Amino acid sequence: MRCKKTPHSDARRNRRAKRVRVKTGNAVAESENIVAETAEKIFADLADAQTINRDKKGGWKAPLWQALSEAGLPLSWVAEDCGGSGASLAEGFSVLSAAGRFAIAVPLAETMLAGWLLSQAKIASPDGAMTIAPASPKDRIALNADGTLSGRARGVPFARDARHIAVLAQGAGGFSIALVDATSCRIEAGLNLASDGSDTVTFNNVTPVAIKPAPKGFDQDSLMLMGAVARSLQIAGALESMLEISVRYSGERVAFEKKISKFQAVQHNLARLAGETAAAMAAASSAADTIANASGFDDAVFLEATAAKIRCAEAAEKGAAIAHQVHGAIGYTLEHILHRYTMRALAWRDDFGHESYWAVELGKRVAARGADELWPLVASR
Amino acid sequence: MTAALRFDPIRLPPECETLRKEVRAFLAEEIAAGTFDPHSPQGGDNDVPGFSKRVGERGWIGMTWPKKYGGHERSFLERYVVTEEMRVANAPTRRFFVADRQSGPVLLKYAPEHIKMEILPRICRGEVCFSIGMSEPNSGSDLFAAKTKATKTDGGWLINGTKIWTSSAQVANYMLAIFRTSPPTKENRRHGLTQFLVDMKTPGIKVNPIAQLTGKSEFNEVVFQDAFVADDHMLGEKDGAWKQATSELAYERSGPERFLETYYVLTELVRALGEEPDNRGAEGIGRLVAQLHTMRRMSVSVAGMLHAGKEPVVEASIVKDIGTIWEQQLPHRVRDLAAFVEPDASNHAILDTVLPFAMKVAPKLTIQGGTTEVLRGIIARGLGLR
Repeated sequence: MRCKKTPHSDARRNRRAKRVRVKTGNAVAESENIVAETAEKIFADLADAQTINRDKKGGWKAPLWQALSEAGLPLSWVAEDCGGSGASLAEGFSVLSAAGRFAIAVPLAETMLAGWLLSQAKIASPDGAMTIAPASPKDRIALNADGTLSGRARGVPFARDARHIAVLAQGAGGFSIALVDATSCRIEAGLNLASDGSDTVTFNNVTPVAIKPAPKGFDQDSLMLMGAVARSLQIAGALESMLEISVRYSGERVAFEKKISKFQAVQHNLARLAGETAAAMAAASSAADTIANASGFDDAVFLEATAAKIRCAEAAEKGAAIAHQVHGAIGYTLEHILHRYTMRALAWRDDFGHESYWAVELGKRVAARGADELWPLVASR
Repeated sequence: MTAALRFDPIRLPPECETLRKEVRAFLAEEIAAGTFDPHSPQGGDNDVPGFSKRVGERGWIGMTWPKKYGGHERSFLERYVVTEEMRVANAPTRRFFVADRQSGPVLLKYAPEHIKMEILPRICRGEVCFSIGMSEPNSGSDLFAAKTKATKTDGGWLINGTKIWTSSAQVANYMLAIFRTSPPTKENRRHGLTQFLVDMKTPGIKVNPIAQLTGKSEFNEVVFQDAFVADDHMLGEKDGAWKQATSELAYERSGPERFLETYYVLTELVRALGEEPDNRGAEGIGRLVAQLHTMRRMSVSVAGMLHAGKEPVVEASIVKDIGTIWEQQLPHRVRDLAAFVEPDASNHAILDTVLPFAMKVAPKLTIQGGTTEVLRGIIARGLGLR
C-alpha cells in the first residue's frame, strides 16, 4: 500500500472539506486553535465525563469515534496524499492536550501516533482505529529474513480495539516500519490502572500488509520519544482538569461550618497542585514545540522529551494525590468522575518508557558529556 | 472557573545567544584574572566593587532601562541571559543585583526626574549598591504590620524605628524602604505605608551586622534615630506603598536566581559520579536535570510574558514556589546520590567543599523574597480561593 492512490481518497477528501482550516499567512497559532477547538467541541458533546461514568456499557464509544473520524482527527498527522488530514505536528499536539483534559479513553492518541509512524515510511493509513507496537523501549519486534515479523510487545494501548497495528521492527538491515492487520497477531487482553486496554501483542511470523525501511536515523528511541511526548501532553491535560474540578469542589464542600476552600491547609494543597500542573504543562508543551520545530530526533529533542516524561510523571503522582485529598471519600468512589483523570494520568506514566527508564538514559547522557557541559545543555533550550 | 495557567513555550531569540557567548567570555576572563573563584559559591556574596564596574562598562546593568538614564534599552530576555550566566558562574553580583532587579525599576517608576538622572546612571555604571528595607523585628511576611515611622518635618521626614534582615545594608549606598506615615484604616489595613529612598550616609542611621548560621554577616539590623529624608525622596503616593509594592513582584519572583542558588552542587555531583554512573546515580541525575530544565522553561516562559507586557503574577509565584523548594532540597538529594562515591577518588573534592555551604544556605531560600506560605496564598488567590 502506497500513498496517493488510496481507494477511499474521495471519501476522505469530502471529509476534509467539512473541516474548518485557516491557512493564511502567519496563522499557525490560530489554526492550531481551530483544530484543537474542533476536538474540544467533539469531546464536550460526546465525551462528557459524567455521562461516560454513568454508561456502564460503553455506548458512548462508537458515536465519539465516528465524530472524531469524520473530523479527520485520528489521522491528523497523516498527509492528505497518504489518506489523512495533513495537520501540522503542533496542531496534532494541541489535540492531544485536549484529549488529556477530557481523559479521552478511545484510541485517538494511538491512531494519531500510528498514522505518524506509517507516514515516516510513506505508508498510507487505513481507516479505523490503530495502535503502535512496541510501546515500551524494552520490547523489540524483529523483522525476519523472510519478511515476516516476530516478537512480543507488552502494554500496547487499545490493541484489542485496533483494526491495524503500526509496527517498528528491527531487521538485519536496520529499522523498518510495517502496517499489520491486528487479526494476524495474538492479543492477550490486559488493563491499565484506568481499566483501558493495555494488551500484550505477540507477532508469530506475521506477514505485514505493507512494510518499508524507516528513514535514516529513525530508530526505536525516535518512536518512544514521540510517544512519551504524546503521553506527557495527555498527563498535563488531565492535571489541568484535576486542578479545575478540585478547585470547584473545594468551593462547594462545607466542613466545620465553612467552605473547605477557605482553610489555609486546603488552599496550600491546591496551590501545590497548581504548581505541579504548571510544571507538567510547561514541560510537555516545550517538548512538543521542540519536536514540531526539529528536523530530526537530535539531542534537543532527547532532553526535552525525556524531561517532559519524567517531570509529567512526577507531577501525575503528586497532583493525583492532592486532587484525591481535596475530594476526600467522595473522590474515591466509582460514581465520582475524579478517577477518570487521576487513574489515567498515573497509567499514562507507564507507556513509551517508565520515567525511571528515561531518567537513567538522560542521566547517562549528561554524565557522558561531563559536569561542565551540563549548564550549556540546559541553557541551549 | 479556575484562572487558566499559561506557560507558552517561549525560546530565547538569537541575539540572546550572541550575548550569552559575550558574557561567558567576559566571565572566563574575570576568572582567569582571579576576580572570583567559580567553585566557591561564597564568592557571589563577596564585595568586589571593581567587578561591578566592569559589568557596568559592558552594559549589563540596567540593561532594559531607557538610555537617557544610563540604560541600554535591551530586552528583558537579554537581561535574563546575563543573570543566569552570572549566577551559574558564581560571579560576585551582590553589589549591583538588587539595584538592577528591583530598586532601579522602582525609581524609574516613582522617583522625581532629578533623582532618576542622579542615581540611575550610577547604578548602570556599577557604582552603587542598594538594600531593601521591608522586614522589621515584628513584621516579616506581614509586610503591612511595619511600624518604623516617618514623621513630617520641615522639608522632609524624620525616620524612627528599626529594619531587620536587611541584606547588604553594611555596604549599601541607598535603601528603598517602606515607613509608616499614617495609621492603617479600618477598611484597609495595608493603608498608611509610604515608600522612601534613603541615603545610607544620613546621620541617625546605624547598621548592626547579624551573624548568620553560615558564619557570614551579610544581613543586618538598621536602626533609624531621627534620620532625615527630604521630601523629594518620597516615592509615589503617600500612604499608598501597598499599591506599588506588589506590581514589581512578578519580576522579582520568576528569575533564574530563584532556582539556581545551589546549582553548583548538581555540577559537582555529575563530576563526582563520573562519566559512567550506575543506574542509581544516572537516574538521580536524570530526574534532577529534568526538574531543572522544566523550571528553566517555566521561568523563561514568564520572562517572555513579561517581555510581551503581560502580568503573569500567579505563574511567577509558582516559579518561585517550585524553584526555591527545588534548590533547597538539591543539596540533600546530591548528598544521597553521592553516598557511594569512592572516598579516595579525587573527582569529589570540590563537592566536598561546597556541599556543606549549600546545606547551610538552603533553609533561607524558601524565606527570602516572599515565603513559601505567602506565595501559596498568592497562588490560591489566583485560583479564586480567597
